[in-house]
Amino acid sequence: MNIFDIVGPVMVGPSSSHTAGAVKIGYVARKLMALPVKRAEIRLYGSFLATGRGHGTRYAIVAGLLGMKPDDSRIPESFSLAAEAGMELVFGEADLKEAHPNSVELILTGEDGRQLESVGESLGGSLINIARIDGLSANFSGEYPTLIVHNLDQPGHVAEVTSMLAHKSVNIATMQLYRAGRGDHAVMVIECDQEVPQESIAWLEHLEGVEKVTYYSLEERRENK
Amino acid sequence: MSFAQLKEITDAAGQLQLPFWRVILEDDRKERNVSEEESFETMRQMYRAMREADRSYDPSLRSASGLAGGDGAKLEQFRRQNNRLIGDFLTEVMEKAVKMGESNACMKRIVAAPTAGSCGVIPAVLLTYEEQRKTTEDNMVEALYVAAGIGEVIAASASIAGAEGGCQAEIGSASAMAAGAVAYLEGGDNDAIVHAAALAMKNMLGLTCDPVAGLVEVPCIKRNVSGAVNAIISCQMAMAGIRSAIAPDEVIDSMRRIGRLLPSCLKETAQEGLAATPTAQQVVKRLREE
Ligand code: SF4
Repeated sequence: MNIFDIVGPVMVGPSSSHTAGAVKIGYVARKLMALPVKRAEIRLYGSFLATGRGHGTRYAIVAGLLGMKPDDSRIPESFSLAAEAGMELVFGEADLKEAHPNSVELILTGEDGRQLESVGESLGGSLINIARIDGLSANFSGEYPTLIVHNLDQPGHVAEVTSMLAHKSVNIATMQLYRAGRGDHAVMVIECDQEVPQESIAWLEHLEGVEKVTYYSLEERRENK
Repeated sequence: MSFAQLKEITDAAGQLQLPFWRVILEDDRKERNVSEEESFETMRQMYRAMREADRSYDPSLRSASGLAGGDGAKLEQFRRQNNRLIGDFLTEVMEKAVKMGESNACMKRIVAAPTAGSCGVIPAVLLTYEEQRKTTEDNMVEALYVAAGIGEVIAASASIAGAEGGCQAEIGSASAMAAGAVAYLEGGDNDAIVHAAALAMKNMLGLTCDPVAGLVEVPCIKRNVSGAVNAIISCQMAMAGIRSAIAPDEVIDSMRRIGRLLPSCLKETAQEGLAATPTAQQVVKRLREE
C-alpha cells in the first residue's frame, strides 16, 4: 500500500471491489488470452451475482475483457463496445465450491479458437486474486508479470523453467506449484520482477511434457504469438 | 508505508524542520523510489481528477438501482435562494459532496479517497476551498498530502474499509483527512492539523455500514455531505484553539476497537440497520425481479 491507495486510485464507480476489481479480473484474463476474445462465458458467484447488477459488475468484467483499465470512462458502455468488436457474451451462474464471495468464472474463446478458463476473486480495495487457471489452482495478483506453465507431473520441468528464467536474468518474486495428482497434470505459477521474453515463452511451449504456457504481461501492447 | 501514528509524522516534521505535507511526500519518494517532482505530479493528477469529476457531474444520470441521481441539481437550485439557512461556503461543500457521491453511483470516474463510497468528502471540501478562497493549485496538492498522511495512519492502525470497521472507517476517515487538510490550508500548525482530524473522527465514531441492497448509494451519498460538513466544523474548532481532550492517536485507536466490536451485520453485509428496513427489502425484491 502507498499513499496513492489512500488518495486514489482514479476509478469508475461505484465500488472498488465490485467494479474496479471486476475490471481488473477481466483485464488479466484478456492479457492471459493474449488475443482478442471471440466469446466470453461469464459465470458470477456470491456477492458478484447477488449485488453485481447494481454495481455494474457485468459491464466491468466485459470492459476488462476488452482491455480497459478500471479508470476507463467507457466502462458503462462495454456491452455495446463488445458487440461492435464482435465479442459474444453469455452470462450465467458459477457452480463453485467454497469460493471467495466476490468471484467470477470466465470461460473465454480467443479469435484463434483457443480456450482459457479462469476464476477471479475481488478481494476489496480493488485488489484481486486469480484463483484458478484451466481447472488448476493458480493464485496470483496481476501486479507482476506472471508465467503459468501447465505440464505433466514429471521430474525436471521446474528446473527447466527456472534455469531459463535465470538465463534471461528474470528474477522470481513468488513461485507456486500445484498438481491434480501424482504423475497427473501440474501447474507452476511464477510471479516475476521482470518481463519474460517472448521467445522464451515460445521455447517453453515446445518442451516435451509442457502442455500449455500462459503469460500475463504488464506491458500495455504486448501480445504473445 | 512507514507512519502508523500521527505523532510519528509530527515528530518527523519537527526533527526535519519540514511542513507536515512535505514529510509525507518524502516518505512517498522513498517508498516508491520516485523523484520529488514525480510524486508531486502524481498527487496533482489526483487533484485534477477530482476537479474533472466535479465538473462532469451529470444531473440526468440515475444509478442502475434507480435510487441515486439528481439530488446535486436540487442543491444547486436551492443555492440560488436567498432564504437558505446555510452560508455560501458550506452550501457549496454540500452540493459538491452529493454530486460526487452520485457520480460514483452512476459509474462515472471518481477518485477513491480513501474509498469509492466516501469519494465525495475530500473533493467537496478542497474544491470549494480553492474556488472560494482563491488559493493556488499547488497549495491544494499540498493539502492532499496532509489528507493522505492522516489516511495512511488510519489505514495502518485502524481501517479504511467499511467491511472491516463500519462507515466510521470510510466516511469517518475521509472526514478526518479533510479536516486536517483544510486546517493546513487555513494556516494551522501541526497541532491544529492533527486535532482537527481527531475532532472530526470523534464525531463519526460508531457509524455503521448498512447500505441498502448492498449498493454504494443509500446512505453513502448523503453521508458524504455530513462527512464533508463535519470536516469544516472540526477545522473551525481546531483553528479557534479547541483541542481534542483525547489524544488524536488514541481517537484513531478507539475507532479501531469500535470497528472490531461492531457486529458483522453492520459492516457492509447489508443485513441490518437501514438495509434491513421494509423499504430496503422492497428495493432488494424489486432488483431481484428485474
Ligand atoms: S455505508 Fe458502507 S458502503 Fe456506504 S459509504 Fe459508509 S462504509 Fe461505504
